[in-house]
Amino acid sequence: MTGFLTLLYKELLRFWKVGFQTIIAPMVSTLLYLLIFFHVLEVHTQVYPGVAYTTFLIPGLVMMAVIQNAFANSSSSMIQSKISGNIVFVLLSPLSYRAIFFAYILASIVRGLLVGLGVYLVTLIFFDIPLLLPLWALLFVVLGSAILGALGLIAGIWADKFDQLAAFQNFIILPFTFLSGVFYTIHSLPIGWQYLSHLNPFFYMIDGFRYGFFGVSDISPYISLMIVAICLMVISLLAIRMLKIGYKLRY
Amino acid sequence: MHPMLPAIEVKQVSKCYGSLCALTDIDLDIHAGEFFALLGPNGAGKTTLISIIAGLSHANSGSVRVMGHDVTTQYQQARRNLGVVPQELVFDPFFTVRETLFIQSGYYGIKGNADWIDEIIERLDLADKANVNMRALSGGMKRRVLVAQALVHKPPVIILDEPTAGVDVELRQTLWNFIQQLNQDGHTIVLTTHYLEEAETLCHRVAMLKAGKIIALDSTQNLIGKMTSGNSLKLRLLPDTLPPVLQALQISHHNGMYELKIENYAHVEFILASLRSENNQILEMHLQQPDLEDVFVNLMRNHRKPAK
Repeated sequence: MTGFLTLLYKELLRFWKVGFQTIIAPMVSTLLYLLIFFHVLEVHTQVYPGVAYTTFLIPGLVMMAVIQNAFANSSSSMIQSKISGNIVFVLLSPLSYRAIFFAYILASIVRGLLVGLGVYLVTLIFFDIPLLLPLWALLFVVLGSAILGALGLIAGIWADKFDQLAAFQNFIILPFTFLSGVFYTIHSLPIGWQYLSHLNPFFYMIDGFRYGFFGVSDISPYISLMIVAICLMVISLLAIRMLKIGYKLRY
Repeated sequence: MHPMLPAIEVKQVSKCYGSLCALTDIDLDIHAGEFFALLGPNGAGKTTLISIIAGLSHANSGSVRVMGHDVTTQYQQARRNLGVVPQELVFDPFFTVRETLFIQSGYYGIKGNADWIDEIIERLDLADKANVNMRALSGGMKRRVLVAQALVHKPPVIILDEPTAGVDVELRQTLWNFIQQLNQDGHTIVLTTHYLEEAETLCHRVAMLKAGKIIALDSTQNLIGKMTSGNSLKLRLLPDTLPPVLQALQISHHNGMYELKIENYAHVEFILASLRSENNQILEMHLQQPDLEDVFVNLMRNHRKPAK
């Protein structure tokens, strides 16, 4: 357990030491999104009855910040360690592959939640946002950040260069996030796009998370929970498998 | 611990990358308490072998045990018994020296290791850099931290992959004194180096690798002792001419120094008598004995790759 806790501590200390870049900066950029959308769309759109667009948007933006930072944490830590070579210190140690997996994922969850919580607390100053079912919200935000932490670990292990990691981020994570209903309800989409949105696992994370705030969602939160849990399991098994066989780590 | 248990046991290990084999059927036992050198030219397979022992690389066939623990099936026990100083100067730029050592210690499941960490910081002359970020250290200091990291869990077996490459004389001496002390305390030491005089002075036994195969494995003394040629006498003479009776012994004549081959020490008297009889005056004289470098050069030259 000490080994796992040490690696977790090291992962937390790593992003904490550069907190301006890893926590404050993503909070600011998320709040900028909010500022822009608030001014442009507030008067035009009401998503759910009685829920103003900005109020609808905030949980989506919080989840987007969580997703992006959970992914960024494990992926950048892993690729930096690989490229600079200091991953050798972890690989030489008796740390089990499960301990390595859980330490990276938990650190990603913590960073994701810190950024998300920061955004949420700032928005509370200006907006009145209901949080009707906080446990549902917590459940989805933890599962969502765990999925992205595991995806980040996979991407960090797989990528040999920073531009491969950037490609993973820009061509997979970003489109899946933006097309998941962060900024809108999928019921506002044409029917074809609605079907496509159902294939996007990120949609279920955000829809379930939003259910925790408003008590309404595009689809049943139980279905979302099941899909998100299955995604987490599959992605985690893949990441653990990569660590176990030493894919691109132990040659 | 079983008295006959080797510290490192390598059995029939092969490692190939596609058609290129870095190691072929390596068998090697390194005994507990030994100071052992793994020598060979660049690309001979030394680092690959170390990587397999350390679990950083998987062998295609064969098995490796560290203190009796298989490095793949019992990897946790094997790694607890092993400390490795990597060849590359790697470091984590986020942390100070002390943080680095505490983190490394924690990876091995050791809590509250402050006393031992303070001791290794002290013994490796890192005390005034203990709270400095790793990025700010010189190459030599980073090398010391790498050594300290390999020792945080007090491993019985320590492998140093070219620990003195690019290191100044003072650090080299500090390092060797420290490592000799560790060996005297019972640690098994395995090192690779291109400085053969270091290996000759420090190591009890030597394995020489070439093209992924062990071409010599013996005690340092035996390897040197087996050199049938190599003793020679170097002379600067006045006048600068060699008596005809000695010309058959001449190996070289370079910068006014004659080098004469001698079979044994009694042969020296014959040479001196011949010079006296010709009224040659000796201005300078050196007795050259074979060393590990001669053994190395000789073995590498004579052990050609088999024809395909």
